Amino acid sequence: MCLAVPARIIELEGDRAVVDAMGNRWKAKTTLLPDAKLGDVVLVHAGFAIALVDEEEAKKTWELFAEIENFEKTSNKVSG
Amino acid sequence: MLDRIAKAQHTIDEACRKLDRQITVMEVCGTHTVAIFRSGIRSTLPERLKLLSGPGCPVCVTDQGYIDTVLELADRDDCIIATYGDMIRVPGSDGSLETRASNGNVKVVLSSEDALQLARENPGKIIVFIAVGFETTTPASAVAVKEAAAEGIANFCILSGHKLVLPAMRALLDGMNDRIDGFLCPGHVSAIIGWGAFAEIVNEYRRPCVVAGFEPVQIIEGLAEICRQLAAGKPELASVYKAVVTENGNAAAQKIVAECFEPVDGYWRGLGRIEKSTLALREQYGRLDAFRRFGLEDKPGKDNRGCRCGEVLCGLIEPIQCPLFGTRCTVDKPVGPCMVSSEGTCAAWFKYGQRK
Repeated sequence: MCLAVPARIIELEGDRAVVDAMGNRWKAKTTLLPDAKLGDVVLVHAGFAIALVDEEEAKKTWELFAEIENFEKTSNKVSG
Repeated sequence: MLDRIAKAQHTIDEACRKLDRQITVMEVCGTHTVAIFRSGIRSTLPERLKLLSGPGCPVCVTDQGYIDTVLELADRDDCIIATYGDMIRVPGSDGSLETRASNGNVKVVLSSEDALQLARENPGKIIVFIAVGFETTTPASAVAVKEAAAEGIANFCILSGHKLVLPAMRALLDGMNDRIDGFLCPGHVSAIIGWGAFAEIVNEYRRPCVVAGFEPVQIIEGLAEICRQLAAGKPELASVYKAVVTENGNAAAQKIVAECFEPVDGYWRGLGRIEKSTLALREQYGRLDAFRRFGLEDKPGKDNRGCRCGEVLCGLIEPIQCPLFGTRCTVDKPVGPCMVSSEGTCAAWFKYGQRK
């Protein structure tokens, strides 16, 4: 339940943001991270940015997600 | 990456050789539990290093009494239950939210903001937000409470079952399970409370506390750091999740939570009543408190017959020691929350096998 995803703030108006992770975009709020700026990579949990993320770290997580997605696609093909 | 893993494994092997006894490390985070099983880390560890999954899945630690209260509210015609998806299939004494969904008054939300929006769109109904989760999730509930109060939204309230991680760790070491040698501490709880918050466990109980992220390499490095400290006989506070977690955490989130909530004694599955372990809305937000609004009491419930989730959550038994595991209790037809939740220990054992 504490799952959180690093994503980049690509739009920001007040505390309303649009974030992007590997092309997936969704709305999130920055109420809990008042210093967040456009372009920052933040950790998003349950619709809220909760922490600033080091850019290199975010890349590693995105690569891992891509790897899992690829693996699941391949294993589905094998099993299905 | 491989050299980091090799180095960590070498540290673990050295520590196991030096200590010459079983080392028991508990992870107190459901997301860690899943990451550990999914990555197959357990199978790479020496026999002497035993990993236990602790009370780290919020859905799992939620007492049966709370689940039954939720179901009671779901049966009312004047309410809409807004809940995170994780809670939908948790069986209470009589069915689950899933069995109530046909009434049209149970809605899955991804955020507390969505629950508040339901209140704006359904003025004729009272929206009850099922506010469960650890420190990571509580700030989102606090934001919704503040917004509802500021906008004067009268048909919104929350049933707070929010829990604090540290009192549960203390309860374990105070007697429930004192075999634990060290803790792999939750990464995203720490993003809020800061890695420094675990100092009290290190200082008072002399147990290593290491905060880690969720990639396999970080988990192994976290375990290695715990083993290194144990072998050196010097428990310390450490974090291998520096990219996200700071020593003091998220000050804005801590502030809004403190403004809305206060710690009270609360019930946990398996751990029982723990002092100041659950967050209740403060008096000034009483109108937004479902407990006060409906005259409900936070009371302990009775676990489903034969279910041993409580002992699993304390690390006292492994899932396969429960007679229901894999027979009467499966992922498709779960009896206890540890099998329901995607982050539950039983579900992890069931899905990913019993590698050690």
